[in-house]
Amino acid sequence: MGAQLRVYKRRIRSVTATKKITKAMEMIAASRVVKAQRKVAASTPYAAELTRAVTAVGTGSNTKHPLTTKAETVTRSAVLLLTSDRGLAGAFNANSIKIAEQLTARLEREGQEVETYIVGRRGVAHYNFRERRIAESWSGFTDEPSYADAKKVAGPLIEALEKDTAEGGVDELHIVFTEFVSMMTQTALDDRLLPLSLEEVAKEAAPKGEILPLFDFEPSAEDVLDALLPRYVESRIYNALLQSAASKHAATRRAMKSATDNAGELIESLSRLANAARQAEITQEISEIVGGSAALADATAGSDR
Amino acid sequence: MAAELHVALVAADREVWSGQATLVVARTTSGDIGVMPGHQPLLGVLESGPVTIRTNDGGTVIAAVHGGFLSFADDKLSLLAEIAELSDEIDVQRAERALERAKSADDASAERRAEVRLRAVTAR
Repeated sequence: MGAQLRVYKRRIRSVTATKKITKAMEMIAASRVVKAQRKVAASTPYAAELTRAVTAVGTGSNTKHPLTTKAETVTRSAVLLLTSDRGLAGAFNANSIKIAEQLTARLEREGQEVETYIVGRRGVAHYNFRERRIAESWSGFTDEPSYADAKKVAGPLIEALEKDTAEGGVDELHIVFTEFVSMMTQTALDDRLLPLSLEEVAKEAAPKGEILPLFDFEPSAEDVLDALLPRYVESRIYNALLQSAASKHAATRRAMKSATDNAGELIESLSRLANAARQAEITQEISEIVGGSAALADATAGSDR
Repeated sequence: MAAELHVALVAADREVWSGQATLVVARTTSGDIGVMPGHQPLLGVLESGPVTIRTNDGGTVIAAVHGGFLSFADDKLSLLAEIAELSDEIDVQRAERALERAKSADDASAERRAEVRLRAVTAR
């Protein structure tokens, strides 16, 4: 076998191996998207009931709560950025990091200090590399977040919000996550999570203007709100985590699909080149034989004479 | 025929149980509360403890609930819990082991969770 042909053959073999891997990763990601979507659906009843309950307290009483009161001047904000632990997901992490940076720049233009909280190793690595300060970070659960994980993330954030701004607390909490729109579309977006506007929650819970009954509160409206709001925030963060996970898997699936397709194309063009090289080799061999025998024939013809 | 309660017991990550019931007993921060059809609209904070649901075919469903809420309106009762387990899902041995572990580690909340689980099983 000629050297050229051998090189092509070797490259085809290696690309074929890569293609097998990306194909497997594509299929794994596809099955995980479905699983993650199912988790989003399973968490919906809880979120819906919670929203209803928050609305009921918000409209049924005039209680004030640190999590619903807007600060007059916002001096410090927290940004919670949800990324993934692992890459191989196309622009998934880059997009959410970009949105977080735009948000941070906007908030800083408004004269606010920004504290960054990050979920996922990718985001942490990005910020560490640029030597930016991270208030707190979590990782290790982004592929399959559980409610306990959401609680773990929400705890310090709620604490920071309840603290006075002068003592290092924050006034607002923004969240940057990737919304799972469909298998093909996932959009990174930012959203203000806290302080909560009860009117907006009410609109979400009863878009048709359904009137909620007057509730009795056990033990009291304040206590119910006190217990309810952190749960609501947790459930919102849980939902964002689940959507980000689903989006990440969808992005991985797409990235791996195009990698598989590219590998297929590469194999095809390499096979063409290898075939051409083989043909060239054969042609050369034939012409060598023909040339050789012609020369031999000429030589013998000459000696005969 | 008396009115019925439509009960949904929902944990953060799944719907644990739903169906018709005649009576639900749950523990709020200010004591046990029983809800029957036609109760006044109510929103309460739940303590971790067992929740007893009397279904309208005469059966009883018991669940261990750890933290959450109860909201009742229009004969619809929702029990929202961060963690909720039906008594027949609970692994007694595991709960006992968890109780031992929590006791030795001096983890009050874990101990309470394990206790609630065991109580829900024994009430079965």
